[in-house]
Amino acid sequence: MATLHLISKSPSASDALAACLRVLAEDDAILLIEDGVYAALAGTATSQTLAGIASALAADIEARGIQERLEAGIDRVDDHGFVDLCTRCDRVMSWF
Amino acid sequence: MNFAIVVRSGPLASEGSRSALRFARAVLNSGHSLERVFFHGEGTYNASSLTVGPQDEDDLTAAWAELGRQHDLDLVICVASALKRGVLDDSEAERYEKAGGGNMRPEFVISGLGQLADAALRVDRLVTFGG
Repeated sequence: MATLHLISKSPSASDALAACLRVLAEDDAILLIEDGVYAALAGTATSQTLAGIASALAADIEARGIQERLEAGIDRVDDHGFVDLCTRCDRVMSWF
Repeated sequence: MNFAIVVRSGPLASEGSRSALRFARAVLNSGHSLERVFFHGEGTYNASSLTVGPQDEDDLTAAWAELGRQHDLDLVICVASALKRGVLDDSEAERYEKAGGGNMRPEFVISGLGQLADAALRVDRLVTFGG
């Protein structure tokens, strides 16, 4: 029963991601959107934790100009990929 | 698959409404159905017909209304949230004796949180934006 967790806040401005990681179950997935994509910046402890678990929304990455600075292992998904992720998980939970 | 969306942010103060609109378009373009969009709290500002945006900026209130018309969407705004923020349909404006009538775009309907609970129970995926 996997959950897709949506993180829309930067890890430097909110503890939404940290709170999410504390309850993340094994099959769960994380999608970084809006300012949440800053968690995918390469070279931080947070982004290394997210490699293989999280993906990030392409339009929000490009809006912030950080497409060349992403952690390897964090996939980029477009808006249709976002919808597909929702269908592959059993529920979607937004963290604020 | 059947989706519902909750929008908790207005058209200006944060990105939630824009993200939700993009997601709604992607849901519809992917062949899924969008059962309801529920606008709660600041999200009710998305239904105002009185917003006037600069010509070089997107007008999210108009974009939601257009998407609603195109796909005959059920765009529901929370009555308690909307009245506090001065977003009223004609019947609420009359009930509270507000001169000039309502200012809610006709593509939206005012209803209660029951519509959110109803959607949460019936759809396959409920996705919340803004906050």
